[in-house]
Amino acid sequence: MQNETGKSKLMWLVIDLIVLLYAFIPVFWIISLSLKDSATLNDGNYFPRSITFESYQQIFANNDFTRALINSIGICLIATFIALLLGTFAAYAVARLQFPGKKIIVGMSLMVSMFPQIALVTPLFRIETAVGIFDTWLGLIIPYITFAMPLAIYTLSAFFREIPWELEKAAKMDGATPFQAFRQVIAPLAMPGVFTTAILVFISCWNDFLFALSLTSTSAARTVPAAMSYFQGATTFEKPTGPIAAAAVVITIPIVIFVLLFQRRIVAGLTSGAVKG
Amino acid sequence: MSTQADLSRPAGGGHDADEEAVAIARKRASEGKKAEAKLGMMLCAPAALVMVAVMAYPIAYAFWLSLFRADLRTPDQNEFVGLSNYVTVLSSPIWWTAFGVTAFITVVSVILELVLGMLLAIVMHRTIIGRGLVRTSALVPYAIVTVVAAFSWRFAWSQDLGWLAGSSAPLTDRWSSIAIIILAEVWKTVPFMALLLMAGLALVPEDLHKAAAMDGGSAWQRFWMITVPLVMPSILVAVLFRTLDAFRVFDNIFVLTSGANETSSVSMVAYNNLIRGLNLGIGSTMSVLIFITIAIIAVVFTKLFGAAAPGSDEGGRR
Repeated sequence: MQNETGKSKLMWLVIDLIVLLYAFIPVFWIISLSLKDSATLNDGNYFPRSITFESYQQIFANNDFTRALINSIGICLIATFIALLLGTFAAYAVARLQFPGKKIIVGMSLMVSMFPQIALVTPLFRIETAVGIFDTWLGLIIPYITFAMPLAIYTLSAFFREIPWELEKAAKMDGATPFQAFRQVIAPLAMPGVFTTAILVFISCWNDFLFALSLTSTSAARTVPAAMSYFQGATTFEKPTGPIAAAAVVITIPIVIFVLLFQRRIVAGLTSGAVKG
Repeated sequence: MSTQADLSRPAGGGHDADEEAVAIARKRASEGKKAEAKLGMMLCAPAALVMVAVMAYPIAYAFWLSLFRADLRTPDQNEFVGLSNYVTVLSSPIWWTAFGVTAFITVVSVILELVLGMLLAIVMHRTIIGRGLVRTSALVPYAIVTVVAAFSWRFAWSQDLGWLAGSSAPLTDRWSSIAIIILAEVWKTVPFMALLLMAGLALVPEDLHKAAAMDGGSAWQRFWMITVPLVMPSILVAVLFRTLDAFRVFDNIFVLTSGANETSSVSMVAYNNLIRGLNLGIGSTMSVLIFITIAIIAVVFTKLFGAAAPGSDEGGRR
């Protein structure tokens, strides 16, 4: 028996190790590339022979990159905030209230989440140039809010359904209006769910490439994923591999740390929003 | 307000008062319902407005544009051409090649993701050591920006530079490029698939497995006879969502091959016409066709398998 559990422990250890390798191999590879010096960059080794921060110095000395980083952070934070605010209202209504048009809002979110983003590129491009918000923060914030909205509504309404109804009723009996019940009773209970949703929404905005690529033309609003594809080497003949790798690491590490810190909540958020029943 | 109405009413004789109380309660209840309906609509209005303004209006505009010759390089030659853009696109080999590539990538990657996702879900569900660690690291591919992962794969498969490529150059050949695109897609989305499936696995009662095991069911039989049927709703939702998502593939192809060697997806071809070629008429036509294809996939899926989409109320309310 002792031997049996020992065996199965060993088996699981091996399996776990495979999962870890699966998850981290491409990540360590890009980190390793970002740390190689220009002489060994093309040696094809998985691990660097010597470590240098040249590539990082290079990108942070480059105004286009720092500007793109600021754009990414600013645009995604604002879009996340607005999507979350509007999403919270809608999700509360969907989870808690009976009202005509509930099916419509749920169906609409579903359609948006299935929508091919490419189909919006031309019309948004035309409309944004006409209105004058092409290549601005606002020009990206608007589509980001829209595409993040269904995610916010699903995840939040799933969280909201778990909140005990009775507390709201009790508050109403004590004379609170429905809005007061929402603000003072439900909202504090919902904070963990809102926070988790904020992470998920932020990740989905942070990940966007297509809009950032097609709705910007200068570094005024270009986010990091789009900016990376415009990187130039130090000289015309040098490929920008090192800087791209460094930029990739810079925009990856904060998200990965965040996800690792809030792993449990994110798993709950991703699954509750999608599969119930 | 209703409290005031109560106070203004003097206490009447026994029976009448009872009836009146019932009537008032009813009235209050219906007022409450009305208030609830009003609040519900008010709370949803901003989200609904944004979605309509940013989705419905532009897609209508795209359809409108697709009926015109609208080339930004020759703006003075814009004119209404009816459905002729559709004829042009649907008779173009470039479109159908891209359509084939997209369909191939979609089918192969969703199948691989389902199999690997199920394996990973079982590992995350069953492992007896380091469960937290496994679940956490499985989230890493999900958290990484698609473009970043795509660059990592591109460098890994670049001649001389990459640790996987050696002296070969797989990204210069069509089928090895497509294989690498699928690899990149699968790597990134298996964890997401696994999480969805794991939520389903958690619903499978342990007792059923024990009972079946006692009746002599092998692990393999138990998997097919107990786990799969019970996890089926999760599987259908996950497959539907990933299919629609995979059909939109863009980021990975843009970074890995830029569509070289006939590896463009439909989204890539549309992008090239729109942004690089500035041919809005043709580009919009392709956009509309992609939209229609996605809609067909979604409808067929829900009708054929009865996949209840997430949030589709009744299914979700428990």
